[in-house]
Amino acid sequence: MTYLSDVVALTRKDLRVELRARDTLPAMLLFVLSSLVVFHFALPEEAGDEAAYGLLWVAIVFTALLGLTRAWVPEHEHGVLDGLVLAPCDRSAIWLGKTFATLAFLLAAQAVALPAFVLLFAPLDAAAVAGVLLADLGICAVGSLLAAMAAAGRARELLLPLLFLPLAIPLVVGGVGSAISSEPEQYLLFLALYDAVFAVLSWASFEYVVTE
Amino acid sequence: MGAAIVLGLLVAPEDADQGISQRIFYIHVPIALTSYFCFGLGAWKALLLLWRADQRYDLESYVAIHQGTIFGALTLITGSIWAKASWGVWWTWSSNQLVLFLVLFLFYCAYFMLRFSLEDGPRRARSSAVYALFGIVLIPVSFLAIRLAEDFVHPTVFTREGPQMTATMFVAFCVSWAAVTLLAYVLYRVELAGKRLDAGLRELREAIG
Repeated sequence: MTYLSDVVALTRKDLRVELRARDTLPAMLLFVLSSLVVFHFALPEEAGDEAAYGLLWVAIVFTALLGLTRAWVPEHEHGVLDGLVLAPCDRSAIWLGKTFATLAFLLAAQAVALPAFVLLFAPLDAAAVAGVLLADLGICAVGSLLAAMAAAGRARELLLPLLFLPLAIPLVVGGVGSAISSEPEQYLLFLALYDAVFAVLSWASFEYVVTE
Repeated sequence: MGAAIVLGLLVAPEDADQGISQRIFYIHVPIALTSYFCFGLGAWKALLLLWRADQRYDLESYVAIHQGTIFGALTLITGSIWAKASWGVWWTWSSNQLVLFLVLFLFYCAYFMLRFSLEDGPRRARSSAVYALFGIVLIPVSFLAIRLAEDFVHPTVFTREGPQMTATMFVAFCVSWAAVTLLAYVLYRVELAGKRLDAGLRELREAIG
């Protein structure tokens, strides 16, 4: 029970910081909308809906990266992370709290981006939305761990995309597959498998990344 | 060892369909398998590092992954040559193994970026180890993903009849596999010894200066 309340407290802290500073979320919203507009001009007239689904996933992954790059910046700037590591709570709770907070930002960005996509490009069915939600879990679980790793290094803004993109390739496959395939179940199953495997791995290994 | 490779290449009979280009199989496949083996070894050492908190595993894990990446690059090059010879193109997205190697190659290049951007110390060792463990999990997951992606990226799956191996071909294949593995092991030891000497020298210099 204390573990759960730690996680809730950490998530609320992140959400409150964001509500007061408003650094990340407006940037993510603006980024995802402007990239959709760019895609309209990047796609040739006869490209069709399938290409648009692919580009939606490019937009999602890069928007998530934008949020993840910012994820540990407040902690880093004020030395909060050292305090959190010293606090008498399980370290994986820090990771879980951050994962939920980034997930909340990503979902908020998508609550705008997906309707905009439907309006501007092509319809999304239930399977495609389920694919987006499942992939979000994986993106945030893996991403918040990698972001913590990258935050310790020089040039962290450069490092995170390099670390993250190879790991995101399976998520893009699952997401695009669930949007355009006539049998989306196997892709959704694959996304769920990815989430489970990498969430457990990130949960177990976070402690090693943040301790000195 | 070199002699074994040459012998294997010359003795083995030519494939009826693919002719001389098929001989690259004796180099390409062992290199690919060795590369997987190196990544596996790197992840194993990484796990040991996290488990026992012994710093010497850090260098071993790093060197194994370094070797794996070099062999992975060689796999991409030989695979590309083979693709050119037998399918007429330098690169084909329909070859699952090659695409997997490209993903892994990118992943392990990022591993080196991570290593070089962190400060030397136990934290770098642990971060690299965690990333190496992600890599070994990524291999089967990406393989599955690439299989799945085939359905929508390529509606018509490129099927190639694998050449039936005769006994001589199989022997030649095993000999070259053993040779490449041996080569990888020797390189691993040499690089490890070099890196250890380097670290020892640096410590000595700090102790004096």
